[in-house]
Amino acid sequence: MSIKHFVSVLLLSLPLSAQAALTIQNWQTPQGARVYFVESHELPMLDISVDFPGGSVRDPARKPGLARLTHGLLDQGAGGLSDSAIAHRLADVGAEMGGTFDHDRAGVTLRTLSSSVEKTAALDMLARVLQQPEFPQAIIKREKQRLISGIREAEADPGTVAEKAFYRALYGTHPYAHDPSGDPAAIEKLTRGDLQAFYRAHYSAPNAVIALMGDISRAEAEAIAARLAAGLSKAARVAELPKTAPAPNSDARIAHPSTQSHVLVGAVGMARGDPDFFPLFVGNYVLGGGGFDSRLMKEVRDKRGYAYSAYSYFIPMQEAGPFQLGLQTKLEQTDAALKVARDTLRQFIAEGPNEAELTQAKSNLTGGFPLRIDSNRKILDYLSVIGFFNLPLDYLDTWVSKVNAVDVAAVKQAFSRRLDADKLVVVVVGAEGAR
Amino acid sequence: MRSMWGIVLALAVGSAQAAVTDVTLDNGMRVIVQEDHRAPVMVSQVWYRAGSMDEFNGTTGVAHVLEHMMFKGTQAVPPGEFSKKIAAAGGRENAFTSRDHTAYFQQMQKDRLELAMQLEADRMTNLVISDELFAKEIRVVMEERRLRTDDQPQSVVYERLIASAYQTHPYRRPIIGWMDDLQNMTGQDARDWYARWYAPNNATLVVAGDVQADAVVALAQKYFGGLPARALPERKPQLEPMQVGGKRIVVKAPAQTPYLLMAWHAPVLKDWQKDTTPYALQILAGVLSGNDSARLQKTLVKTRQIAVNASAGYDPVSRGPGMFMIDATPAPGKSVAMLEQAIRSELERIQREGISAAELARVKAQVIAADVYQRDSLFYRAMQLGEYAIAGLPPEALARRVDKLRAVTAQDVQAAARQWLKDDQLSVAELDPQPLKPQARRTAVPGVRHVN
Repeated sequence: MSIKHFVSVLLLSLPLSAQAALTIQNWQTPQGARVYFVESHELPMLDISVDFPGGSVRDPARKPGLARLTHGLLDQGAGGLSDSAIAHRLADVGAEMGGTFDHDRAGVTLRTLSSSVEKTAALDMLARVLQQPEFPQAIIKREKQRLISGIREAEADPGTVAEKAFYRALYGTHPYAHDPSGDPAAIEKLTRGDLQAFYRAHYSAPNAVIALMGDISRAEAEAIAARLAAGLSKAARVAELPKTAPAPNSDARIAHPSTQSHVLVGAVGMARGDPDFFPLFVGNYVLGGGGFDSRLMKEVRDKRGYAYSAYSYFIPMQEAGPFQLGLQTKLEQTDAALKVARDTLRQFIAEGPNEAELTQAKSNLTGGFPLRIDSNRKILDYLSVIGFFNLPLDYLDTWVSKVNAVDVAAVKQAFSRRLDADKLVVVVVGAEGAR
Repeated sequence: MRSMWGIVLALAVGSAQAAVTDVTLDNGMRVIVQEDHRAPVMVSQVWYRAGSMDEFNGTTGVAHVLEHMMFKGTQAVPPGEFSKKIAAAGGRENAFTSRDHTAYFQQMQKDRLELAMQLEADRMTNLVISDELFAKEIRVVMEERRLRTDDQPQSVVYERLIASAYQTHPYRRPIIGWMDDLQNMTGQDARDWYARWYAPNNATLVVAGDVQADAVVALAQKYFGGLPARALPERKPQLEPMQVGGKRIVVKAPAQTPYLLMAWHAPVLKDWQKDTTPYALQILAGVLSGNDSARLQKTLVKTRQIAVNASAGYDPVSRGPGMFMIDATPAPGKSVAMLEQAIRSELERIQREGISAAELARVKAQVIAADVYQRDSLFYRAMQLGEYAIAGLPPEALARRVDKLRAVTAQDVQAAARQWLKDDQLSVAELDPQPLKPQARRTAVPGVRHVN
């Protein structure tokens, strides 16, 4: 089924809302890899992603950066080919290989033309990179240096400094706390053995989620998935992650030679698949997710001109991810802007949205749903998320009706269950910070 | 409008490439439609041929400030209502300002195009810029400048290098404007800008998506067709005089890592059928950078390990004079001077020995594949059409782009490198990192304190 096939349905106040009928095919390879596939022949191309639970949350306690470095080495020498040879063979057929890496996931993506010569060469590279990374000693040294240099460069960016401090304050001893790129001192000490062991334990067939989107048949998708999974290690599914705990109040002021303060306010929020996902997601549109519709944007930017960007969102992760509110403002008005943001949050937690705001939020989200799945790339991303986080196969089919089912009471209850205006993590990065 | 059906260009590059409709209404407004029926959505963009290059000293940044003010209401649509109506219809909207243009867009379900056009037509001629709302919004823009430029050391390097590489051409001014100009800008400056440039005969509507071209043109006629054309100010060429010797600047800013940016003056597409150099320079940029197989990455980052990052960039489509740029971050322990020398050696090698047949074939394979991949993004398709139109290039130049790139020879690339990557036309900027935490700063230990 192609993405072109949409069925119009009548939904409450939204007579023209379209709902997608996107057929997601799903199966497991004999080795236990989970496969998600959408067939679409409109463009002569194929997108594949293969994801593993190998994000930074899997870093051993004393080795922050191991997951990131392992991921970065996959295509830097594999299956008897050097880093340059792999790059040349991909480029020769116009294929693009990329990586995705965050707290939870480590993945490899491939985009290739679906014509036979190009596709065959590109898939051969993908298989080598996933199945036979070589972790050459000299390349490890080089990539450590590049990773550390990237971490150093980011230390000049107040937004990054704030983000790192925010996660530390939010997660304490939980492995979500540390910078996904790791710590320079720990990275220096990582060995080839560390990388190989991490690779074998995490990049296994039972851990793999393979998503395919594009111009191939079901039979071919099965063959590709089987071939990719067959060469992976057989290591069992990774263990469950430790549960997160609510963060204690904190208020960190970090000095930085910037002209603006970067302000982050938040709390531990929700996990993927949380029963409150839709009330929190729709409610947050009103609070700080809905751009110019949102209260934060109105209060902080429109009414007072305090900031260019003022937002809030929940980041659903494998375990509870952050609820994060953020803004950047010139140093002198930091406290005033922070107060407005906190007051806005406090009032929203206490009172929830009004009917008109909620109707507007639902209109935008449901009316804009077709834009969420209007390209192969976007659909591939959904396949990967659905697979990795074990969301139901009809996640996209029921999305619009679940948004529509949210009411004011549900938002208010969900927010008051999750957030307490008196229990927040606050981080301010800026020159006048430390006091 | 001149003709209801306009000039329909059936530019078939294989059967997959749908036709582009390109029509000019009687009032001078251009309408370009790209049908794409993959998903029941569309993107609508209104492009004004007015960007920071059309500004004057003292009011730099006003094109972008006006972009912000365009969301602040008309007689009929009160402040904030534009965004609210689009959002209620499920739309995503925003705007962007460049050196060459200011553009406004809505992405929506296909049947909501009329709402987008109605609102855009209204604010094309009926904008109200109150001093009160201007005073608030200019502060937002100053925050945007702090966020995107002042606190980003590499952005500062770029801004300062551009300001010295162009000696007279208005491209030397930053799009967001100098801070002092923003601090002294008035509502009247914004009103003057709007009165000068916002007219149908200075605008191009680009619509891409699951639409019928003739229906789009009819809607455009309905909403924009009645707006009167206005005389536009004369545009002076302001040609950049030839640079007659290398330039070099140092930018000191708090940072942990140095950074190098090099820029050579370069031609852009003018006569897209006859020009060859801009295509050759595009291939050259592909030989130098873009992925791990390219020369800068392979030689400087992977093999010699003198850089942690290095890339080349060149945009052949613009109204004003172009630049070929290379930027790089040295590896720890390597100096910017060593890195610059290594980059120069790579360029000299191409100037001396040319590029291999394999390299040329590789870059062309990427160009051909990327042309397919780009079709996955409706927004990008519309963007390209708009950029070409603003630069004075016809949609045919875009449709034939791949053919022109395929025609480039290794000799063309070598000749372009020899002719344009010359030291006398080069400007170099170096970021000299200053300490992030100067002496005598109070300790920055995050503390816990009472929260009320």
